[in-house]
Order: sequence, then C-alpha cells, then structure tokens
Amino acid sequence: MKRTTLGLIAGLALAAALVAATVAIQDAPARTSGTELSLVAYSTPREAYATLIPMFQKTAAGRDVSFTQSYGASGEQTRAVKAGLKADLVALSLAPDVDELVAAGLVDAGWSKQPYKGMVTDSVVVFVLRDGNPKNIKGWNDLLRPDVDVVTPNPFTSGGARWNVMAAYGAWRRGGKPDKQAQANLLKLFRNVVVQDKSARDSLNTFVSGKGDVLLAYENEALFSRTKGLDLQFVIPKSTLLIENPIAVVKTSKNRAAASAFTRFLRTPAAQQVFANNGYRPVVKSVLARNRKKFPVRPGEFTIEAPYLGGWKKVQKRFFDPKTGIMVDIERKIGGDTG
Amino acid sequence: MTTFLTLMVMLPIAALLWEATSEGKTTFWEAVSSPAAVASLKLTLVASFVVALMNAVLGTVTAWVLVRDDFRGKTFVNAVIDLPFALPTIVAGLTLLALYGPTSPIGIDVAFTRTAIVLALMFVTLPFVVRTVQPVLQELDPELEEAARSLGASNTTTFRRVVFPNILPGILSGVALAFAKAVGEFGSLVIITGNIPYRTEVSSVYIFGRIESGDSTSAAAVAVVLLALSFVTLLSIGAIRHVATRHDRA
Amino acid sequence: MHRLWLRFVALGYLAAILVGPLAIVFWRTFEDGFQPAWDALTSPETIHALKLTLLITAIAVPINTVFGIVCALAIVRRRFPGKGLLNAFIDLPLALSPVVVGLALFLLYGREGWFGGWLEDHGIQVLFALPAMVIATIFVSLPFVAREVVPTLREIGDEQEQAAKTLGASGWQTFWRITLPSIRWAVVYGVILTTARCLGEYGAVAVVSGRIQGKTETATLRVQERYESFDLAGAYAISIVLALMAIAVLVATTVIRPKEANA
Repeated sequence: MKRTTLGLIAGLALAAALVAATVAIQDAPARTSGTELSLVAYSTPREAYATLIPMFQKTAAGRDVSFTQSYGASGEQTRAVKAGLKADLVALSLAPDVDELVAAGLVDAGWSKQPYKGMVTDSVVVFVLRDGNPKNIKGWNDLLRPDVDVVTPNPFTSGGARWNVMAAYGAWRRGGKPDKQAQANLLKLFRNVVVQDKSARDSLNTFVSGKGDVLLAYENEALFSRTKGLDLQFVIPKSTLLIENPIAVVKTSKNRAAASAFTRFLRTPAAQQVFANNGYRPVVKSVLARNRKKFPVRPGEFTIEAPYLGGWKKVQKRFFDPKTGIMVDIERKIGGDTG
Repeated sequence: MTTFLTLMVMLPIAALLWEATSEGKTTFWEAVSSPAAVASLKLTLVASFVVALMNAVLGTVTAWVLVRDDFRGKTFVNAVIDLPFALPTIVAGLTLLALYGPTSPIGIDVAFTRTAIVLALMFVTLPFVVRTVQPVLQELDPELEEAARSLGASNTTTFRRVVFPNILPGILSGVALAFAKAVGEFGSLVIITGNIPYRTEVSSVYIFGRIESGDSTSAAAVAVVLLALSFVTLLSIGAIRHVATRHDRA
Repeated sequence: MHRLWLRFVALGYLAAILVGPLAIVFWRTFEDGFQPAWDALTSPETIHALKLTLLITAIAVPINTVFGIVCALAIVRRRFPGKGLLNAFIDLPLALSPVVVGLALFLLYGREGWFGGWLEDHGIQVLFALPAMVIATIFVSLPFVAREVVPTLREIGDEQEQAAKTLGASGWQTFWRITLPSIRWAVVYGVILTTARCLGEYGAVAVVSGRIQGKTETATLRVQERYESFDLAGAYAISIVLALMAIAVLVATTVIRPKEANA
C-alpha cells in the first residue's frame, strides 16, 4: 500500500540519518600520546585562554598537551564540577567558588598558599556611565542620590555581583563610616537599583539598552567590551575593591604535573601580558607596572582581606547567607515597601 | 509506557521532593513561606493565568483565521507560528527588549515592568492554543455548521452551539500547555523583567537565586510547591473539560 | 464583517508578538553585512553544535511521538483509575524551569546523586555527555504530541474503530489503517511543536551539558557563547538557522502527508 511504503521509506531515511549523524559526531580517535587537560572556567576569560593555550603549547612544557575548554557562569561551573564534570583546572571568578570545591574534596585546602595567593588575574569595580556623564557621578555617595538609577547584577544570582556589594560597603567603611552607617548606605543604594540582572553580561546589556544612569561593573568587562566595539565610558571610583580571580588544580586530576605547569605558565610575563591585553590587571607586579597607563591604581584601592571586611569566609556568612545575610534583609526591605 | 513515564517524569520529581525535604519539615516550610518566595509564587501564578486566558482567546482566533480564512501570505504565517519555540529563549528576551524596551523603535517601553512578564510569556506560549485548535478545526465536519445555518441560526449562535463545544477540548489542551510553560519560563524573563524581588521576580528566577547561593534545598522546596500548584491547576482544567463535554458521553 | 475583524485581530496579535521580534532577529544578523554571520556559522564549533542539536532532536522526537500517541490512546480510549491524574501529569515537565530540571538531573545522576556512584563504578557517563542532554530534551518536550492528539481523538470518536473490530481487524491494523490517518494532523502539529522545542531548548541542556567546547555544545549553547563574546550578529545568525530548520520540518511534514479527502 502506498502509505505503508512511504512510511517505511521515511523510517529507513530517519534511521540512516541517525546513524550518519552519530558517526559524524564521533570525535577523532583518542590520542595515544600526550596529555589532555580539561579547563573549566567562568565565562569572561574565554578569549584570553584562546590565545594563551596555543602559546603554552609552543613551550617545552606544553608540547603534546591538548585542551578541552568549558566556559560558563562561575557558580554554574562550580556546581557542574561538583556534580562530576571532569576538570583538571578550574579558573573561577572568585575564591569562594574554589572553596566550595575544597569542601567537596576536589581541590586541595592549601590551594591559595602560594606567592600569588592562588590568583591569576585581577580587576577593579568601576562605574560605567552614559556619554558625557550627565548626572556627574564620581563616587559611591553619588549613587545614593534620589535622581540616580543604578544597574547591578543580583548578588544572589550572580556570585560576581558580590564584588559590587562589597566594593560599596568597603568604600564607605574605608572612608571612616561605622558599620551601621555603611549598611544603611547599602540599603539606600539598593533602593536606587532599577534592574537586577542575573549576570554581569546581562546587566551590561541592560545598561546598553538604555536603562539606568550608572552600571556597577568590572574593569575587565568594560575594557573587553570596548575592544568589541562598545564605546563605554567608565570611571574608577577613588575607593574601590580589588577583584581577584583564582585558578586551581583539581586534586583528582590525572595530569597534575601538566596542569601545574600550565598555571605556572599563566604567571609568566608573556602570559600576563595577554591577560592585560584582554582587560585584566596582571597579578605579576612587573607586568602591571608596564601597563600602568591602562590600569591606573587608585589611592583608595582595598582588597577583601581588609580589616573592615575580613576575608571572603566572613563576608559570605555575614552578607550573603541565604537566610540570615545582610543582603537578604536589604532585599526584603526594598521589596516590602512597594511590594 | 508506564516505565517510560516513571523514568522520565516521576524520577526527577521524586529527586526534587527528596532534596526539598532533606533538611526537615521546618526548613521546608520556612523556605516556602519566606516573603520573597511567596511574592514570586503569586506573581508567577497570576501572570501564567492571565497569559493562559489571553492565549485561549487570541490563539483560537488565530487558529480560526488560519483554517477557515484565506489571504495572501497565509502559508508564511502558518509556517512561522512555531518559531518562538525554535528560538533560544535568550533571543526571545533580547529581541523583545529591543522592540519594547528603552530603545524601542515604536516608542513602547514596558521593559522591567510586570507588563514585560506578560509580553515575554505571550511570545513563548504563542504556538500552543493555535496548534491544538487547528487540527480539531480541520477535522470538524462543515456539514454540522451548514445544517445549523440552514435551520436559521446566526453566525454567533452557530459558533456558540456547534463549533465552540467541539473545539473547547482543543482550547483547553492548549491552555494547559500555555499555563505550564508560562510557569516554567526562565530564559526570556530573566532578560526583560529586571528581576526585582517582590516586584518583578518570578519563581524560576527566585529558585535560580537560591541554587546560586548554595541553598538547593530551598530551591527544591519552592520548585515542588510551584509544581504542586501547577498540578492542581492542570487537574482543574481537565475537570472543566470533563464537565464541558459531558454531552458527548451521554 | 466578522471575517475581516477576526483576521485583523489575529494578524495584529501576530505582528506585535511574533513578526516584530523575528524582524529584529533578521535585521540584527545582517546589520553589519554578511561577514559576521558567515564567520559564526562556518566555525567548526558551530557546525559541530548544529550537528549535535540535530542528533539530539532526531532521537528525542520519535521517542516523544510514540509516547505521545500511546499516551493519548490510553487517555481517550481506555478507562483506568487515575486517568485524570495521568492527563495532568504529562504537562508537568513544562512547569519545571530549566534550572530545576538541571538540578533534578544533578540530584539523580551527579557525583553525589542517587545513581552517581553506580554509574561511575560502571564507567557510564550520563551527565556532561549525550545521554543527559537527550534525557533533558525529552523531558522538556514530552507533552506536545499527546496534547495535540488527545483533543482530536476525542473529537472523532471511536465508531470507525469499533466497526473495524467487528469486521475482524486486529488492533494493529485498526490503529494503522483507521486511527492513525484520522489523527495525522494532530500528530503532524505535535511533531512540529516537539521538534521546534528540541531545536530551541537551552536552559536544561545547558546545565547538564558541561558546555565543553566542540563536544557538548548544542546550537543554542553556541548562541549563548556568541552573545557573551559580544558577537550578536553571530548569535542571531545561528538562531535563524534553527528557525529555518523548524520551518523545514513543518514543510516536510505537511508535504509528506497523503492527500486528504476534504480540502
């Protein structure tokens, strides 16, 4: 019967297509020599590593080393590695994410005990502004003005957004304000936040689409987007937080030697210069000095280890604990009024 | 089929239930009754209801026009109905933001408001009622309507008494799909709504925030509650259909 | 005139909600000429991603189609306790946001999950490989064929099937010769919806894929990657390819169907 033949042909065609596709999808046969390193990283250093990996492969330590790469939001990547995503190296956006892997038994507890504290790149929190800065925004107190709309990612959906919150709080503390006052300022700041995107890239998109007067962003993102044709104006506030991005070797890796060799390579001047070209501040002082013009050091720069902050472990508990954190309270207060 | 259903649907839901209650009943209750969670649940359910109803009307009209009407470009229109589905949700979000946001070419700026939620949800649920009503309309015997008209019934009466009861199951099927999809939508909403807690944060974003903060128990708890509420709604839709078509089973 | 009013409403609705955004997608793709779109589409990662998407779709769609038809038949033609529950149950996967689907699959197949240990001991890779991506895709596209077929099955009634049975036709014959042809439009639209969904699925697959470049990146993941690299033209270009694939399936399914009795 015509219909049955048609059905048969369709079925065979489908089966043939399936087989063909499965064959086409197969990767090349496994390498018999050399090591394969899998790098799991957060999303922004993608282009940096695209340059760095071939560079590494030209060195003696990197010959015969192939890479698989995965880039995504830092928190998501952390959870994926915890759930079994094979990784030899994790390059994440903030130290707490690596600490989560320590707690899961995947990274050595002493990962940060080395000359660079386990960090591979730095950046700073900046204000991205409209052309010409019509509202004349210069410092953190300007963000508290009633006529200023602020855009920042949600600190609960974007681990990276926590840098913004701590930069604000830390700046006020550094400026002499007591803890209570700084917290009150933080509340005032968030009252001015008009959009809380889920990630830094999304909040940049929101700002570019016309929303808000100032975007709290990271210097490396602002610089990188300039290279992609987005003409962004930004200022680095006098007091700002130094963002530090970690890299660590995974304990269960079968290629620890090669992985460590790669992390050592990443801190060579040549590699650090590649990071600088991508908008990151080098952790190696000499390379940072060489790029002084691009990366001015602000007088009020502080780190998460500052005494009034106390390091990530303290900050996480105090500000971002999902039940008792200060930010939970702030979100409730701003929502309750207009909710 | 039952094994398939179990593997595919029940197992993941069971795993969520397990995770949700893994820290005890009090924690479950706390997670679910937290003000931000409740606000997001209310927002999600209300928005999904509204969208499902709007789809019921607009989707039926569209299906009608596609089956019974004829105009230039109809094949094109029919072909693009499913596109909201084939496009990744981020594209949906970005284009709606471009069209109805601060830089809107037509001057409509509803981005980062509750209207944006409805807008995005209408986009992603557009195909449902249309596609569930179309096949039913196509199979509908035109003789029934002709008979009614020849007996003197007006167009509205014919529709109300002859056509509507027959396409109602199709409409309700589509409404169920639209409602469920609206409840679970994430990717497009997260771009265009602004995610302000208590104001424009839907449950899917709230749950995402919980997971990202390392609190997967709360996330699972809210997800389970949302699921339960959706299940009740879907059961109700099924009940409506059951009652509305009882004349068929007489 | 009623007819014109309806047409106006329908087309207005579609223009505002559907055609507008589509126009933007096309415009943004070619805003800077053909080159950016072309570069994005011809890169080896994108080609692999498109192939992977097609493979996953080719697996998920037939499975969900068979499941959908079987389910619909059970719901409409059989009586059994809990039928109403089953009916509502099928739609549930849609109500789960992609993040939650990912979480559930992690809870089941992850390193610390229910089956994680067993899978690792036996060297079976579910998460961050094709199996998990297929499972996630099947999950989110489960209800469509069933939902399409159920109303149509109800509408047509089972007299013809009863007649066939009294004439001695077997179950299979009845299904293939009587039932299936009468639900073909419903199946067609169900397949179209399912395919479109599989092509466009992002969230759940993204979480369980591990985003390994060149290995577990689907087309939608590539779109995300292009977006994050500020290559909007490339992102939209890939989306257009997905849209065209969906349209191709629609054209194919509406052409292959045998000619019907009424216009």
